[in-house]
Amino acid sequence: MTPAVTTEGLSKRFGKVEALREITFSVPEAELFGLIGADGAGKTTLFRILATLLLPDNGKSSLLGLDTVASYREIRTRIGYMPGRFSLYQDLSVEENLDFFATVFGTTVKENHELIREIYDQLEPFRKRRAGQLSGGMKQKLALCCALVHRPELLLLDEPTTGVDAVSRQEFWQMLGRLKQQGITILVSTPYMDEASLCDRVAFMQDGRIMAINTPSGITRLFTKPLFAVRARDKHRLINELRAFRHAASAYAFGNSVHYTDLRNAPEPQELAAWLMSRGFDDVEVQRIEPGIEDTFMALTESSRPQQESSDG
Amino acid sequence: MVEPVIHTEKLTKRFRNFTAVDEISFSVSAGEIFGFLGANGAGKTTAMKMLTGLLSPTSGSATVAGFDIYRQTEAIKRNIGYMSQRFSLYDDLTARENIRFFGGIYGLDKATIRDKCDQMLNSLDLFREGDTRLSALPLGWKQKLAFSVALLHEPKLVFLDEPTGGVDPVTRRRFWDLIYQAAANGVTVFVTTHYMDEAEYCDRVSIMVDGKIAALDTPEELKRSFGTATMNELFIRLARPAKRSGQ
Repeated sequence: MTPAVTTEGLSKRFGKVEALREITFSVPEAELFGLIGADGAGKTTLFRILATLLLPDNGKSSLLGLDTVASYREIRTRIGYMPGRFSLYQDLSVEENLDFFATVFGTTVKENHELIREIYDQLEPFRKRRAGQLSGGMKQKLALCCALVHRPELLLLDEPTTGVDAVSRQEFWQMLGRLKQQGITILVSTPYMDEASLCDRVAFMQDGRIMAINTPSGITRLFTKPLFAVRARDKHRLINELRAFRHAASAYAFGNSVHYTDLRNAPEPQELAAWLMSRGFDDVEVQRIEPGIEDTFMALTESSRPQQESSDG
Repeated sequence: MVEPVIHTEKLTKRFRNFTAVDEISFSVSAGEIFGFLGANGAGKTTAMKMLTGLLSPTSGSATVAGFDIYRQTEAIKRNIGYMSQRFSLYDDLTARENIRFFGGIYGLDKATIRDKCDQMLNSLDLFREGDTRLSALPLGWKQKLAFSVALLHEPKLVFLDEPTGGVDPVTRRRFWDLIYQAAANGVTVFVTTHYMDEAEYCDRVSIMVDGKIAALDTPEELKRSFGTATMNELFIRLARPAKRSGQ
């Protein structure tokens, strides 16, 4: 079976900036594939090349078996693309935007209503409202509707949940899950690490490179050091004291605890607790934990980061 | 008794027949990191605009940094710092030019600006990049610089509106190091975020739903009283039944 997406050695440079460096990966049909990385990692450049809006300097890519350079016209009718920046018509109403995109693709909202029904039902009460007047979460739902209106086989979603609240983000991902069940391949990028665990497979991107590709559980196995969750009331001081510990490799705030790794291979939690007590903490809790996706992402990005940026801390 | 840095009583803003902010009352004390959470459309932005002197309330009362939000809006603007992801620094100017520009706006004299400029670039490890246009710098550096610029005139209170959007998890945590540092120096921090783990880093957190404050306490106490394991769970529980997510 032809994969829905393949790229081979894709590279793109803007002046001095190497936006993409030899990106090679493939996504099988009906997979929910996540590109995880911060601003500037190259996610948007990759999406724009795949959406046939930008030419690569080197390498090639194909969607649905079609070359993104030679067959760009056909690709455009068969994929749905949701750019990172809200790009619907702000002066048109919800309804008018949907009609417009349906017409452009030679179809009608009615014809594909069943596919977008669930999302559209939430938009329905606001159908006369101008798109520019919608909240962030609703704008994203409308944009997804517009990207789906011609029943694409593949969805390219560039940071659909950035700046969107936690409730809308959860609803958005539930919708992606259902679209996947209908056989639509989805390539989605996000800076939220918790969303990575909702994908079938994820690629970690940094500085134009893919650092790792795997299933969410597979990717955490790349984190090999023992990891500890440390808790105490005064978190700010706890972080500083942990970083000052002579065996410390890293100490980062994680929700209500601090995640700590040691330079040694088999550190003793008791030793760490005793040292923190000697520094005046009377309520320390140290617990060995399994690393999550965010721990792994941070460990991988730290080890490949240029020196000047990791000099503090 | 020490006066709170922010104090509101039944603060309300109506736009025609729509009540964006509905009688919110709370206080924030000096040196506190106060997380101001809410779903899109809950009324956070409107509340922040009133607290920063940009929008006049419909009813209720509030003081910010000791000034009245009806009559002393110019004094409020001079005495607070503000940083948001949408508006922070000028991309076409260098770091030095930005610092000089904002220093000038806040009425600092040339010698002070020069000293502050060197000091700031040094502590941010940006000295070599001081004459580079901001557009060429990584977002994480720009955010740290924007935060420092917001503190340039040594305000007692700083408003941060989604300051860490879009950056990687390490950079996000470095940014919080700066927030902790500022708070340790006595600066009160009023911060909004969509990252629920960041809510845990605040001293106290309020959650707005449909224009009202639905919950306000320390993260520990909030999780305990609602019986949830994480702030994310708590947030979703409170915000999901919201009536006006589409506004």
